[in-house]
Amino acid sequence: MPKVLDAPEADLSLVTPGVGPVTSDVLVVGGGNAGLCAAICAAEAGATVTLLERAPVAYRGGNSRHTRNFRCSHEASLGVLSGQYRVDEFYDDLLRVTKGNTDEALARMVIRNAPESYQWMSRQGVIFQPSLSGTLSLSRTNAFFLGGGKALVNAYYQRCEDLGVAIHYNATVIDLHIENNRFDGALIEVEGEQRYLRASSVIIAAGGFEANKEWLAEAWGDAAKNFLIRGTPYNRGEVLRQMLNHGADSIGDPTQCHAVAIDGRAPEYDGGIVTRLDCVPFSVVLNKHGERFYDEGEDVWPKRYAIWGRLVAAQPDQVAYSIVDEKSRELFMPSVFPAMSSDSLEELTEKLGLPVAQSVKTIKLFNDACSAGDFHPTELDGLCTTGLEPEKTNWARALDTPPYYGYELRPGVTFTYLGINVDDTARVTFDGRQAENIWAAGEIMAGNILGEGYLAGFGMTIGTVFGRIAGREAGQYVTGVDSSEL
Amino acid sequence: MSPELIQVSYSLKIDTVTTDHAEAQRQLGICTSCRYCEGYCAAFKSVTRHRTFDVATVSHIANLCHNCRGCYYACQYTEPHEFSLNIPALLANVRAQNWEEHIQPRVVTRHMQRYIWPYVMLTALFVLLFSVAVGAPWVSALPFYSLISHNTMVLIFLPLFVLPVIALILGLRRYWKSIGGKPLKLIHVKEAIASAATMKQLDGGQGQGCNYEAGERYTSIRRWAHQATMYGFLLCFLSTSVATLYHYLFNYPAPYPFFSLPKMFGVSGGILLTIGCAVLIYLKRMADEGLGSQQRQRAEYTFTTLLFLVGLTGLLLYWCKGTSVAGGLLIVHLSVVATFFIAIPYSKMSHGFFRLAALCRESQLSSRAL
Ligand SMILES: Cc1cc2nc3c(=O)[nH]c(=O)nc-3n(C[C@H](O)[C@H](O)[C@H](O)COP(=O)(O)OP(=O)(O)OC[C@H]3O[C@@H](n4cnc5c(N)ncnc54)[C@H](O)[C@@H]3O)c2cc1C
Ligand code: SF4
Ligand code: SF4
Repeated sequence: MPKVLDAPEADLSLVTPGVGPVTSDVLVVGGGNAGLCAAICAAEAGATVTLLERAPVAYRGGNSRHTRNFRCSHEASLGVLSGQYRVDEFYDDLLRVTKGNTDEALARMVIRNAPESYQWMSRQGVIFQPSLSGTLSLSRTNAFFLGGGKALVNAYYQRCEDLGVAIHYNATVIDLHIENNRFDGALIEVEGEQRYLRASSVIIAAGGFEANKEWLAEAWGDAAKNFLIRGTPYNRGEVLRQMLNHGADSIGDPTQCHAVAIDGRAPEYDGGIVTRLDCVPFSVVLNKHGERFYDEGEDVWPKRYAIWGRLVAAQPDQVAYSIVDEKSRELFMPSVFPAMSSDSLEELTEKLGLPVAQSVKTIKLFNDACSAGDFHPTELDGLCTTGLEPEKTNWARALDTPPYYGYELRPGVTFTYLGINVDDTARVTFDGRQAENIWAAGEIMAGNILGEGYLAGFGMTIGTVFGRIAGREAGQYVTGVDSSEL
Repeated sequence: MSPELIQVSYSLKIDTVTTDHAEAQRQLGICTSCRYCEGYCAAFKSVTRHRTFDVATVSHIANLCHNCRGCYYACQYTEPHEFSLNIPALLANVRAQNWEEHIQPRVVTRHMQRYIWPYVMLTALFVLLFSVAVGAPWVSALPFYSLISHNTMVLIFLPLFVLPVIALILGLRRYWKSIGGKPLKLIHVKEAIASAATMKQLDGGQGQGCNYEAGERYTSIRRWAHQATMYGFLLCFLSTSVATLYHYLFNYPAPYPFFSLPKMFGVSGGILLTIGCAVLIYLKRMADEGLGSQQRQRAEYTFTTLLFLVGLTGLLLYWCKGTSVAGGLLIVHLSVVATFFIAIPYSKMSHGFFRLAALCRESQLSSRAL
């Protein structure tokens, strides 16, 4: 049950920061993975904690409720993780995806801390399971949550309740009062009313701004209105904007977002994992004019799926169509909505709303450019087209076996890269100087480590490690007790 | 009225109790592209082996589910999300539809799956019958078999037991065919029984228990209560069987002393059964109705209460032996036992047998997958 907020009422014009009762030692903004880890650790350190979550109970947990795993280094087998995934290998993987755009010290700290966090998570009630069927490639590196991210979020909320954290749902932070690098209180809106809430410290864990299409439009223009948001509609980034307005140091490319090509029929928000489509490498992808525009078989799908969001975003009307034939139907994870299908390419392209003549011509040209050879769906097989522009460099097989299946693709935004800068104690910096009582964790500071690209499961690792540090540090700040040994 | 006619007039009413196949396909289709719940149970292991879900597959999956509700509380797509998933309720409905379809006469199954009155009527009827038969000795301190002879008991109870069991076996056979089951090998049965005996599935997949009475929190109470009920029931059954053997093979009729197999099995089984059922009823009251087959809840409560009464009256009878209430108690006990016998194939009781069949099938399917 959502609890009624009993904070002192306040009207914008009446707010007098510095005056009035202090509600709690630590205020946590955002009830996703990072905020919850922070709240638990601050409470364990002996602080009184208030957690503000913008979503109602049913949608609590931000994007974390959509996650499935946690990337974790380990020297020896650890819980559901077998074998070994050493810190150096992990860091090399990170370097590859970010093309070096990372902070080595912070990154290594997170990676080193991951196995200890794995055990901490288990103690908080998170249950792991071996990697899911169809995700064998992640079985050594990623620990999966039993039931997925929502089960993890549930476990953390229970733990918070048990620790006496005051949890308020439907509570949106709209501004923070910060003076001389010091936080005084937050202006919040709850059920249409504004209140000012004072606290001795604050931990900001409100995610990115991926659900704020107006903000996305600043970088993407009109195209942004055709984007689908894979996760929560509640991450609108106002806390990030306020922090930047107050002079917090920013980090990360303000124009970039992580976007993948997802099923065009997905809901505008919160479609989550099931809307992904893994058919691209085995398909021919056309834009709305019935033309191909990129090498569908450039690399194995886990390494390529993240560029397809941007590729589709760059096409007219931000839409594309992936077409496979019967030969490939079982080669990828099932789609959540049934594919359009037909025994003829003409009818299929018409059903998909494509210009029939042009589309069929493109596919014929593609078919003619394919040659016989050994097809290996799970590895780069070098089966490529000849004389085609753009060419398809792997898995190029003619579409010649009906029925044919088609999917509409649209860009699905996962998260944004712009964030606030923190040091290795999760403390936010203003002009390079540590804030006195402001910490940040999770996606809102992930840009410190993930400057670009993405490594599956690393978002949760960053959020967990930094959330725990932020909670511990804030708790220590208010209680004066060093709890790092706890 | 012919059974067909009864069925037709029924089908107008049952729409709210059934889940149509398209809805099952829709929900399970979402699950197989998600798979987050794979670690919870055998039902989900089966879900992830499929891309599409025909009627037989859905039936099979439904009978593997034991309504632990893990996959509801963990699901990011439950209402108010537009995908509106509720797998536990969906599978509970499909399961019960299966029983109603395969166990004949269907009209009896339907009534006993959905209403309280068949149980009440049957029990009342038996009380009446037994009272008349033994001359209504409501207040009597006489020992059992001076009230009803052993042979009379057998004469009454054997058909009451055998006929429903035949209905059950025929129903299971129809179900087995409907899910495409192959001839059974010993290994399949062994695997299935091993899984059922430890209620492996009820541990929630990773030992955490299930999300039943405590909402999104995991607990193991339901597992233990169910275990107590099942073993309690089996012990009672064993007690009766041993007593029958004693009687006919060894010419050793009741009453038996406390330190005898029938008594030891009977008393311990009765205690387990009574406590198990009481806890199950309590848990059900605490749990969210919307995650089961809602329209069948009343009948489920009634059936568990019946089982509870079987255990309780049995125990009371033991403790009140030789007192003035024994006669009345005996009549009540025999009546609830008789009602229970009839209810075996038609009530919630059938879930155990269908589960066992589903586990056998699952063992066939997964060993073939190896
Ligand atoms: C479909 C999908 C699948 C993913 N899968 C994985 C995965 O398997 N592994 C992985 O590591 N990462 C995954 N990610 C990325 C991962 O979700 C994020 O890295 C991680 O959840 C970030 O956690 P967080 O706590 O910072 O943010 P969130 O979990 O998004 O939490 C932010 C919270 O802040 C609240 N909030 C926002 N604004 C305000 C405000 N103004 N006032 C009050 N509260 C506010 C929101 O309601 C929300 O609850 C996935 C992302 C998506 C979209
Ligand atoms: S119940 Fe929900 S979380 Fe679980 S597998 Fe199905 S869709 Fe995924
Ligand atoms: S309710 Fe439990 S047993 Fe049934 S499908 Fe869901 S997780 Fe499996």
